[in-house]
Amino acid sequence: MQHYLDFERPIAELESKIKELRQLSDGDGVNIVEEITRLQAKLDRLLQQTYGKLTPWQKTQVARHAQRPHTSHYIASLIEDFVPLAGDRLYGEDQAIIGGLGRFRGRSVVVIGHEKGADTEERVRHNFGMARPEGYRKAVRLMEMADRFGLPVITLVDTSGAYPGIGAEERGQAEAIARSIETCLTIGVPVICVVIGEGGSGGAIAIAVGDRVLMLEHAVYSVISPEGCASILWRSGDQAPEAAEALKLTAGDLAQLRVIDEVIVEPMGGAHRDPAETMRRVGDAVARGLQALAGTAPAALRTARREKFMEMGRKGLG
Amino acid sequence: MSWLTDLALPKIRDLVRKTETPDNLWDKCPSCEQMIFHRDLEAAMYVCTHCGFHMRISPKMRFKALFDEGEYTTIELPRVAADPLRFRDRKRYSERLKEAQAKSGEKDAMIVAHGTIEGQGAVVAIFNFEFMGGSMGMAVGEAIVAAAQLARLQERPLIIFSASGGARMQEGILSLMQMARTTAAITELREARLPFLSVLTNPTTGGVTASFAMLGDVQIAEPGAMIGFAGARVIEETIREKLPEGFQRAEYLLDHGMLDMVVARSDLRHRIALVMRHLMDARPGEGDTLPQPANDPQASAKQAR
Repeated sequence: MQHYLDFERPIAELESKIKELRQLSDGDGVNIVEEITRLQAKLDRLLQQTYGKLTPWQKTQVARHAQRPHTSHYIASLIEDFVPLAGDRLYGEDQAIIGGLGRFRGRSVVVIGHEKGADTEERVRHNFGMARPEGYRKAVRLMEMADRFGLPVITLVDTSGAYPGIGAEERGQAEAIARSIETCLTIGVPVICVVIGEGGSGGAIAIAVGDRVLMLEHAVYSVISPEGCASILWRSGDQAPEAAEALKLTAGDLAQLRVIDEVIVEPMGGAHRDPAETMRRVGDAVARGLQALAGTAPAALRTARREKFMEMGRKGLG
Repeated sequence: MSWLTDLALPKIRDLVRKTETPDNLWDKCPSCEQMIFHRDLEAAMYVCTHCGFHMRISPKMRFKALFDEGEYTTIELPRVAADPLRFRDRKRYSERLKEAQAKSGEKDAMIVAHGTIEGQGAVVAIFNFEFMGGSMGMAVGEAIVAAAQLARLQERPLIIFSASGGARMQEGILSLMQMARTTAAITELREARLPFLSVLTNPTTGGVTASFAMLGDVQIAEPGAMIGFAGARVIEETIREKLPEGFQRAEYLLDHGMLDMVVARSDLRHRIALVMRHLMDARPGEGDTLPQPANDPQASAKQAR
């Protein structure tokens, strides 16, 4: 079942009409084929029009789309011989962040990413991609292991934020996030980060400090959710669309602010319309990033990574 | 009720006001609500003389209380692009910023100074919570980077007093990036083997806690300080439960292993000096106040063997 967003209603109508006609066209009927072709062309135009000028709030919805490919899909499609690893060796296993060893285009890597889950059962198991301290501490453990064995790190960012709960606070949510950022900045292997869906605040940046930070076209990355921002600054969650606008959270905005290095263009109509193609494009972009960093000495990688973040906001702003 | 409000209440209010704070000689403790003679409160560094509640104090008062003879040198902080997103909610961010600057007489929410504490050099950065809730945007980020650089240059410890609501929303993603930038600054200090003392004061939350403020070699907090990642209201809304008594207070964090110590304001200066003295003791060229390892008879005895 295709899930449609509010602003996709005209698209939904056309797609269902085409589907109906396709079912009818089993028999004869050149007319029906022609009609389908005509409607398909119309649909393509409509998708182009709609997705060519999504508002920041619409992008936020696309970024959260239930059928958008998640970390587990990327691992299944891009990583061979994947060996999932679990646990922080301190307290528990947090499935909101998954990770492990695997082969990416011929070389062994460590992959770490937030996982939101695809259906209700999975969402509960992965806590909707909202990690607790154990998730970040597992990420730290995997990054340190990557460093020891000289394996590049690929992180996939997709979270509405770190989990706000009593246990999470009790066990040092803030410290866990801080330590994860610190580890990103100290390891001497290439780190490529891709914001594939939602980049929600501290919970996102905890694993998003890399040599290259890439972002899908309709992904969002922000210091606070539009809803949260609206409820604080506008005193009403209804103003979320305005807040989304003001926060400059789209890939285009972030590229302009030089916070990300590259925007990965999504297939027409968003990643959820063609997950396979989306993942291929992400794979290509990650491979290019790794290629560019290949052979760089650990110390040089570290220095350049820190410099990159140190330079942020110093140049190119009005 | 309106005629009553108009006629009677103003008079009552005036009466109360006069008895409560005659010529501003008295202050009221926000915790126990007892009255404290203003001069006593100042002498106690704004700690309630009745209940021990630690009230908020300005960075200037802290610097004065911390540095020897109350003498210190503030440093000029790097200029940053003001309002890079041209952010506007119900009000323009540039206006909010100007108002905060006019009210405080400061450029942003952090002041950095250096001087000596019980004879030992230190670089100290202090958040001003009164400036937009001590929120961390580019200016605060640059201030921390500058403070860490100065500490490395002077080969002195860095002490940061945090009091912040977290990242400054109005600077969007650029404020989030300060978590990475400040962490990088602390990482470099760590690699230079210089101590970083993080002092958490009321309140320290959000992106500040989740970056440099939790990365101190030694973590100190003032009594009762609210310290956490997520705000209490957000947690309550998420889990639909009342929060336990004392949740996210300094003592709670101490119990859960997130702090080394909770120190009363009156002891803070001496405790900081002591920690610095120990951590800097083995450093070549330091140790003026404690014997050098080479002069230590036990150490030389070991060498002789």
